Amino acid sequence: MVPTNYYLVLSAILFGLGTVAFVFKRNIITIFMSIELMLNAVNLAFVAFSQAFGKVHGQVFVLFVIVVAAAEAAVGLGIIILIQRNRQSLNVEKVNLLKL
Amino acid sequence: MSPALLIFFVLAGLAVLAALSLVVQRHPIHSALSLIVVMVCLAGLYLLIGAEFVAAVQIIVYGGAIMVLFVFVIMLLNVGEEERTDFSKLAKFAGLPLALALTASIAAAVVKPDLGAAGVARAAIPNATAQISSMLFKEFVYPFELTSFLILVAIMGALVLAQREKK
Repeated sequence: MVPTNYYLVLSAILFGLGTVAFVFKRNIITIFMSIELMLNAVNLAFVAFSQAFGKVHGQVFVLFVIVVAAAEAAVGLGIIILIQRNRQSLNVEKVNLLKL
Repeated sequence: MSPALLIFFVLAGLAVLAALSLVVQRHPIHSALSLIVVMVCLAGLYLLIGAEFVAAVQIIVYGGAIMVLFVFVIMLLNVGEEERTDFSKLAKFAGLPLALALTASIAAAVVKPDLGAAGVARAAIPNATAQISSMLFKEFVYPFELTSFLILVAIMGALVLAQREKK
């Protein structure tokens, strides 16, 4: 069997990569996908802890996280379509209405 | 090396490579396909842990529904390659070390060397799916009902956002 800590390290690495993509990418769809990557990393940690402690609570939380991610994807992609319609671009540098 | 450990390293390596490719690729559709690979690898890891239900939900909801939505929107908007912009000097030099520091600190916070009995991997939870379902409808019944409300609100929000304005 695989030690729990291996899963946790993998989860941290995936979360870090998600953060890097979130900060460095300029396309709003890719930024949105990196959020999904971070949610996936957290899910992995939840499932690993659930198995380590022999309780299924972690897996129930994963279900809720997936539901929230699905709702977030629906609303977020609607917003992305609106941005494309209003600005003719998906570059986040061009969406700067609130910038000083 | 036991077969489980071997499978873990193959899946974990593939997941990390695909996540790296998500960062490196310039075209959003390539990033989306890499993300699908990450999700399928994670589903395999869930199977390895013994969380069959979560693995199935991962494939169906993440790989099936959410990523299809992403690919659909990318194709609908005909998204081109990402434009390169000048990074700030600070990002160029401090970006990678800071990202590594973040990953290391998360790992240090989350990894417990003294998990004790829990640290040695134990067998998969018996009847996990049955336990999850009974827990969803007993202990977590209010959050569970709230999620249906959340999805309803999200559907309405998406509809309102995406409809064309009447002229």
